[in-house]
Amino acid sequence: MHELAITQAMLDIVLKHARGARVRKVSVTVGEWTGYVGDSIELFWRELARGTPAEDAQLEFRLEPATLRCRTCSAVFPVDGSMLACPRCGALGGEPAGGRDCMVESIEIEGGESP
Amino acid sequence: MSTTVPVVERVLSANDAVAAEVRAQLDARGIFCLNLMAGPGAGKTSLIERTVAALKDEIPIGMINGDTSAAAFDAERSQRAGAASVHINTGGKCHLEAAMVRDALALLPLEKIRLLLIENVGNLVCPMSWKLGAHANVLISSVPEGDDKPYKYPKMYAGVDVLVLNKIDLLPYVDFDRAKFLRGVEALNPGLRSFELSCRTGEGLEAWIAWLKQIAGASR
Repeated sequence: MHELAITQAMLDIVLKHARGARVRKVSVTVGEWTGYVGDSIELFWRELARGTPAEDAQLEFRLEPATLRCRTCSAVFPVDGSMLACPRCGALGGEPAGGRDCMVESIEIEGGESP
Repeated sequence: MSTTVPVVERVLSANDAVAAEVRAQLDARGIFCLNLMAGPGAGKTSLIERTVAALKDEIPIGMINGDTSAAAFDAERSQRAGAASVHINTGGKCHLEAAMVRDALALLPLEKIRLLLIENVGNLVCPMSWKLGAHANVLISSVPEGDDKPYKYPKMYAGVDVLVLNKIDLLPYVDFDRAKFLRGVEALNPGLRSFELSCRTGEGLEAWIAWLKQIAGASR
């Protein structure tokens, strides 16, 4: 269920920017911190977008890994599997760095005119 | 022929805008609002009952309870404890959204409320992404959940403003390494305001209540 609401929000953004044009492709960045799964977004999209100009859109996901920036040596390291310890200096923890957001980056619409 | 249109929009930007509206409405009325988040069973409702019982004679409290079903057990418990409360059935959604809170505000006697407690849906993943307009995001964790939770749900622990560790009366009975837990918390959120307490025995509750009195008193 986690992705139902986020998919609706994504669809709202896409339809707003498409201004009625048919949407061929949607490029999305999914930050790993969000915990959203592309396959689930895809599943909900097929339901929610039915009957809209974005119903046949191909969804393209780019997963951005969740990272922390070490407070001691500033190294940026992936959260996954680290037990929160910096692999360079061993200090524990850090500020959340990459992978915090879920963004609609761009859409590809039918027609040659740039809106 | 096709055209690429740059969008670059955060998917949750619409929710964030509504959250800002909610915050403005709360600020205009001098209401301090907490967004209480936790996994199922950590003791959100118990902490609310204890809090309402301790504060109701001094600070008028409003409650918004989010649940995935229409079963309003939690709202009823808050109501019995003495808070004006609204139950939100999220219809299966695993988190509250700012628009749900905005709509719930319309059903509460805001002119009488100084402290608003929002009980989010029990879930350690999604609620953190959805801002509600609260002044403080509070995570309630509990001893039996285990000491590894900061390591497994880093986003939640990194993003909150206040941490409550509940059920400390169970520390002698379960394998909970308090130092490991606190190391994980400190790693993600240094200096996080934390309260260790037991809603069952009442141990540690005074500090939590004193903090609420201080902030809810200062917000008007």
